[in-house]
Amino acid sequence: MRMRHLFTFALLLPGLLTAALANPFETTLSNGLRVIVKEDHRAPTVAQMVWYRIGSMDEVDGASGVAHVLEHMMFKGTPSVGPGEFNKRVAAAGGRDNAFTSRDYTAYFQQVPKEKLAEMMQLEADRMRHLNVDPKEFAQEVKVVMEERRMRTDDNPQARLFEQMNAVAFQVHPYRRPIIGWMSDLENMSAADAKAWYDMWYVPNNAFLLVVGDVDHKEVFALAEKYYGVLEGRTLPKRKPLTEPVQDGTRRVTVKAPAELPVLIMGYKAPVLRDVDKDSDPYALQMLAAILDGHDAARFNKKLVREDKVALSVGIDYDNAARGPGMLYLYGSPSAGKTVADLEAALRAEIKRIQQDGVSEPELKRARAQLIAAKVYKLDSTFGQAMEIGQAESAGIPYQKIDRMLEKLQQVSAAEVQAVAKKYFTDDSLTIGVLDPQPLDGKPRAASVASHH
Amino acid sequence: MKKLLTAIVVLFAANSALAGVKIEHWVSPSGARVYFVESRALPILDVQVDFAAGSMFDPPEKSGTASLTRGALELGAGKFDETAIAEQMADIGATLSGSTDNDRASLTLRTLSVAEKRDVALAVLRNVLHAPRFDAAIFEREKARTILALKEAMTRPNSIASKAFWAAMYPDHPYGRQATPETVAVLKRDDLAAFHARYYTAANASITLVGDIGRGEAEKIAEAIAAGLPKGAAATLPAPPRIAPGKTVKLEHPATQAHIHIGLPAIERGNPDFFALTVGNYTLGGGGFVSRLMKEVRDKRGYAYSVSSYFNPLRQTGPFEISLQTKRSQAKDAIAVTRDVLDGFLQQGPSEEELAAAIANLTGSFPLRLDSNKKILANVAVIGFYGLPLDYLDHYQENVRAVTVDAVKQAFSRHIRPADLMTVTVAAD
Repeated sequence: MRMRHLFTFALLLPGLLTAALANPFETTLSNGLRVIVKEDHRAPTVAQMVWYRIGSMDEVDGASGVAHVLEHMMFKGTPSVGPGEFNKRVAAAGGRDNAFTSRDYTAYFQQVPKEKLAEMMQLEADRMRHLNVDPKEFAQEVKVVMEERRMRTDDNPQARLFEQMNAVAFQVHPYRRPIIGWMSDLENMSAADAKAWYDMWYVPNNAFLLVVGDVDHKEVFALAEKYYGVLEGRTLPKRKPLTEPVQDGTRRVTVKAPAELPVLIMGYKAPVLRDVDKDSDPYALQMLAAILDGHDAARFNKKLVREDKVALSVGIDYDNAARGPGMLYLYGSPSAGKTVADLEAALRAEIKRIQQDGVSEPELKRARAQLIAAKVYKLDSTFGQAMEIGQAESAGIPYQKIDRMLEKLQQVSAAEVQAVAKKYFTDDSLTIGVLDPQPLDGKPRAASVASHH
Repeated sequence: MKKLLTAIVVLFAANSALAGVKIEHWVSPSGARVYFVESRALPILDVQVDFAAGSMFDPPEKSGTASLTRGALELGAGKFDETAIAEQMADIGATLSGSTDNDRASLTLRTLSVAEKRDVALAVLRNVLHAPRFDAAIFEREKARTILALKEAMTRPNSIASKAFWAAMYPDHPYGRQATPETVAVLKRDDLAAFHARYYTAANASITLVGDIGRGEAEKIAEAIAAGLPKGAAATLPAPPRIAPGKTVKLEHPATQAHIHIGLPAIERGNPDFFALTVGNYTLGGGGFVSRLMKEVRDKRGYAYSVSSYFNPLRQTGPFEISLQTKRSQAKDAIAVTRDVLDGFLQQGPSEEELAAAIANLTGSFPLRLDSNKKILANVAVIGFYGLPLDYLDHYQENVRAVTVDAVKQAFSRHIRPADLMTVTVAAD
């Protein structure tokens, strides 16, 4: 079966198989811009992404949110492309574009029919060094960001709890500040602040260009040289290490907000990958997360939601790749008649079960099968492949190591899972956040709730 | 030889921006409509089974039935309990997901296409569709969870606004009825079993397959799914929505931002004005960062992070809707600007330049709508479920290109009647 498909494609697409072997391709321009190209010829489309190694963690107190505000300002024009013109040109090319800011990076992308790639590269290169930060445009845009904060955080009780959790869990490391910024910092931010940020960090040697889709990598390299190659690199300011001290006791935070359901988050300090080959704990923690919460019959859902009915919903969140320190979060809401204390006890019992009895071979096997399938499924999306490369690179992990990470994950043993459960789930490194739901004042008369989108 | 030819056709299709997707369609011997796209590039098979079993078919006073029925399918079927079903899927890395909207209840399977995994995954899919148990204890648990989730949603300004908006637009049509803690509380296990027996039938199903199988295999897979369902009959539609005169609904809430919805019932799927409205709406509020609403409400005034308009064509007349959120103290101003933009557009339509930009984007971005199996599956499932022409995707670009400024103006004046517009606000001062 598989042979015949390979054979058919080998006949029709002589380039595909050889490409698959060397893919992705990489070069570095003389100004320091790395260019990574992954060829994928399934559909006549392409994604261009530029990732800047600069995120909210590089901000300083009083200027929280400036990385994200600048991201908004990047659409406000250069000497050759007027305000709003960037979006217009992408739209005219039949494209979609947007940008996103994280703690670790700021990234910009366009998805376009492949014929339009050169134009997109010209536009993206232009705003890498030639942005106008017009005070009038800034004054309107920062209001938009404040609305974004109201929508995403201020009126969202869970998001407020998460924001407070991180402000308490981290005291030194800038992960304590929200990506979108504190409202008072946004209120006091000026166009000059945004411009200073841009001038300091937006240079080719602080970025990498990622192109994934129906392209010839040599052509992309030539286009990169043409449009990005002319931009000058510059020495970057030295970044301070900002090491978070070891936590020495449980911290607790409560947020009161209008809601029906309480929410509990238990955040444990956890390691992240620094050396793909030598590290082992981050893989074991990822495996532990898959065994607790990887599918509907994984331990958390099976035991806490379905059997004991102590939780309405429950989950685990652990990202083992980041520039800064790691956290592993357990979270959930108690079911009717149960309390946050009941849920906390139940979550602790599940952790204790792994610490004492370990995990089973069938559980590990199941998690591995899911990993293997997921590796194939991700090939269905060029954008997803670009995101995977970009996120790894931003966390300091070379994209060449992505497959190695999957191998290491496959090799995690039951004993290693048990060992990390004992090592990292300790009360001294724990921060507990609780959403204490409050009644709505002047409750609307509306007696029911939407089932529509 | 035949294989090679097919592959060449597929390859050319993929390289031409004009071509859609080659959809094969047949009716299975047991009476289900089947839609199939062969795609050999990746060893993946996606299968979606859609039933006309959405919330519009909830029995009166029992809103929530459709959603709970769909959700309970994989919580015990045949001789397998919910744990066994989830483990069977996880063991082979397959995923089974579901959704329920106004019209449709859907189950979607993604599996590796190698026979030893695919066969297991398809057996699970058939089992949960053919023999769900609706165990009483599990039903009671899910009912309690649903009631709690509905109570939580009732505290959220966006949920409250959306619910009130649909209720205002559809005062006596099922689209306006929503699940509430009260309607879910009265449900019995047998309500779900009865709903399943009535609506999860071959005649009421469309099956979409995309991926690494041949036509012969697709026929067998589809028929095996259909053969285990009761033959049944297509769902009977209620009387079409009656248009209610426009009004304003203002609800209190302590949120910092007001949630605003403006709109009315507009068009059903397959309406001949669809392309004129889609092209026109791109300029009004559908075109993301380049729409008039975005420019006036967000860029010029900083009133909102997100503002958009869209048509949501359904089996029966679905809504046109503008939505935005803004600081509660400036809700009145934001609504005024939004109405100005809408009224101006209704009077003048798009400029020739705007029309050309809309057409350029909607035709140019067409390949992006079909550049993964997942997107092809979603598009073909809609074509199948709503009975759109099989060459819908092939002609999409030319239909867009044929739209004129006049056609947009006329279509908008037919469907967007200012006197019928509903305005719903939550947390506006």
